[in-house]
Amino acid sequence: MCLGIPGQIIEITDEARKLAMVDVSGVHREINMACVVNDDHRLNDCIGDWVLVHVGFAMSRINEEEAALTLKVLEELGEAQEEIAAMRASGQM
Amino acid sequence: MNKHSNITNNQSPRPRGKIRVDKVNLAHGGGGKAMRDLIDDVFVSEFDNALLASLEDQARFKMKDLAIHGDQLALTTDSYVVDPLFFPGGNIGKLAVCGTVNDLAVGGANPLYLTCSMIIEEGVEIDLLRSIARSMALEAETAGVQIVTGDTKVVNKGCCDKLFINTAGVGVIRTGLNLSASSAEPGDVVIVNGLLGDHGATILAARDDMALSTVIESDCASLNGLIGGVLDNCETIKFIRDATRGGIASVLNEIAEASGVSIEIEEEKTPIRSDVKGFCEILGLDPLYLANEGKVVIVVPQEDASKVISTLQSNPLGKSAAIIGTVGDWDKGRVTMKTKFGGRRIVDMLVGEQLPRIC
Amino acid sequence: MKYVDEFRDPEKARTLLKEINELVEKIDICKKRPLAIMEVCGGHTHSIFRYGIEGMLPKEIELVHGPGCPVCVLPMGRVDDCVALAEQPNMIFTTFGDAMRVPGSKKSLLQAKADGADVRMVYSPLDALDLARDNRDKEVVFFGLGFETTMPSTALTVLRAQADGIKNFSLFCNHITIIPTVKAILDSPDMKIDGFLGPGHVSMVIGTKPYEFIANHYKRPLVVAGFEPLDVLHSVWMVLKQIDEGRSEIENQYVRIVPDEGNDEALNAVSKVFELREFFEWRGLGSIDHSGVRMREEYADFDAERKFSVPNIKIADPKSCQCGEVLKGVIKPFECKVFGKACTPEMPLGALMVSSEGACAAYYQFGDPDRLRELEEV
Ligand code: SF4
Repeated sequence: MCLGIPGQIIEITDEARKLAMVDVSGVHREINMACVVNDDHRLNDCIGDWVLVHVGFAMSRINEEEAALTLKVLEELGEAQEEIAAMRASGQM
Repeated sequence: MNKHSNITNNQSPRPRGKIRVDKVNLAHGGGGKAMRDLIDDVFVSEFDNALLASLEDQARFKMKDLAIHGDQLALTTDSYVVDPLFFPGGNIGKLAVCGTVNDLAVGGANPLYLTCSMIIEEGVEIDLLRSIARSMALEAETAGVQIVTGDTKVVNKGCCDKLFINTAGVGVIRTGLNLSASSAEPGDVVIVNGLLGDHGATILAARDDMALSTVIESDCASLNGLIGGVLDNCETIKFIRDATRGGIASVLNEIAEASGVSIEIEEEKTPIRSDVKGFCEILGLDPLYLANEGKVVIVVPQEDASKVISTLQSNPLGKSAAIIGTVGDWDKGRVTMKTKFGGRRIVDMLVGEQLPRIC
Repeated sequence: MKYVDEFRDPEKARTLLKEINELVEKIDICKKRPLAIMEVCGGHTHSIFRYGIEGMLPKEIELVHGPGCPVCVLPMGRVDDCVALAEQPNMIFTTFGDAMRVPGSKKSLLQAKADGADVRMVYSPLDALDLARDNRDKEVVFFGLGFETTMPSTALTVLRAQADGIKNFSLFCNHITIIPTVKAILDSPDMKIDGFLGPGHVSMVIGTKPYEFIANHYKRPLVVAGFEPLDVLHSVWMVLKQIDEGRSEIENQYVRIVPDEGNDEALNAVSKVFELREFFEWRGLGSIDHSGVRMREEYADFDAERKFSVPNIKIADPKSCQCGEVLKGVIKPFECKVFGKACTPEMPLGALMVSSEGACAAYYQFGDPDRLRELEEV
């Protein structure tokens, strides 16, 4: 349920209404930022942020480190498999 | 019937540019002087050509002039309704010419003559009609066809959406050619001449109810030159079809069904521009079902595929041409796609219109 | 596309499939019967079919496609209410595109539009509010549906309408909540689910805590999962690992989007505008306690249900529907007696045939994974 797609904030368009322009692969749309701004992260800090967009609202700020970490786990899993395969091939297992 | 094919500039004693009002009203469809002025001023002056100039209530062609092109006549008709009338990359007029030209060309015909019927809603601006007529004339020139007869009707406000155009086209099929949807066989490959889904995405984005802005442009173009080149270079082509409404998915399903074969395409090799992908991701649409107006599907035996690709790629309208799939004999009438991710799914005919999803 | 393409990497998919296959060999249950993993969310169902994931998994894993498509589960009576609203004079009825085709007892919104009602598709509730702003002489109703993911957007739109004094805008609230429904499935006697993929986008709003009873009380593992195909495989692997190690925990695969505590700003907006209903009717599942929300009294002026009279008649699902059994994983979609016959995407009888998120529609449109597996061997 609930189609959501990552996009990058390129411009604040209406400060009072908390609106900003998001870029999704070259497609632009004005979205509401109310759910991703607070006292620690104000609207003007959002330029360049990657957010998850759902029905015209930014619903979550994407955590860059966590994304990299998820991919790293999978990467290492692959490397481990290769090592095991190599060890098997060379008769060490 | 108020034909304007018989109204020519050299028979008309009155000077051009005499329409004084800015908007079309019902009098312009009434058959009287107002209509004559509209036709003279807007259409005849734009579509002007030698055949048109000498014609009566119908366009007339000499059989022997046609016969030099081949031995079969091809006749097609299509109506164009598009909202908005102008969109990035074209307008309804350009579409009305290249759509009909392409319908002839994919059958192997050399398109020669078009008709043009307009159904106009009262209140449409004359200048808008003029620029649409100009686009039609330009596209006709590009495609090497002539608009030789036409008709104009004006209807009450609300009875049509600004402007509907119908064009019919006549072409001649080169001798000996018989392309058919039922001729695909296992071992053939499926080729497209470029990036898919541009037109459909452009139109959806241009209707601003979704408030999405993009730089995508419609791919609408006359493909008779491109197709002629391919047919010249490769005699083994089995089938060509333009992938308009319903997108590439619909054409592939038609071929699979008509030929009693299966077709498998590869997501990895299917050319789609990243903006169109982004657009589809936002709205939950599938680019395989988006309309194209300048894309064809070509079925050819495997061994001649590279020849077709290089011919296509030598033309600007085919520079992103690619082999996207192969014909097989798995489940007859089935189209499948091998996903880039490594899985496989069925690509079915579309049920109704594709609607944006939230989920 | 960043955060999309890297999660569709076939190389990493192969790694995960290898791990999954090894785990399946180790897990005892798999020797006796297929392991049933339910993806609660229709978005996952869509990804699974769109990328052909089920056919990539070993036969020992059976994916059960859950109730998480808000469009599918909308009961007929509510669609009738929508049509009744749309057919009021001087009305612009706005909706998400995929709700247009859901059949009511007499017609869908698409048919109502053909009959002359002013029904318009919008991408966002904010666009509906703009329409109200531009058409002050008309009433504009937005058809609010969806789970917790979508609730903040409609709540914020109502708050915006109030702040801007746009009185001709109202919301027809059909939002539903996922937790009571998962609980209803877990409580049903013929339930046979071994583990869950949790709904990623619902969780970015509500966090991961609300699922804890599933691990603690029902002893089933749940992994909150993302929607890219790699996310789905990764989460399946995480569920299998839990089963193999005898654990049942709530884990979060979709950490890049889902904070464990959820989204406060979004939850605040939701609780300001909405309150729980005693029960809500689901197509195919019947009435489920506390599974829907309505607007609070303070926002009565913006509540289409209070502002206009809607028929509000309950209409029973057709008898031949077996949606409930499919949802619980008791039968596969094509085992339903009416699948592909009386029930097709053109003329859906049951909920699951309505949108491409529904299990039956997905089978119908994208093919039976078992059959597609054969193609791999050709
Ligand atoms: S085929 Fe139709 S009635 Fe049967 S379970 Fe699926 S949606 Fe329900």
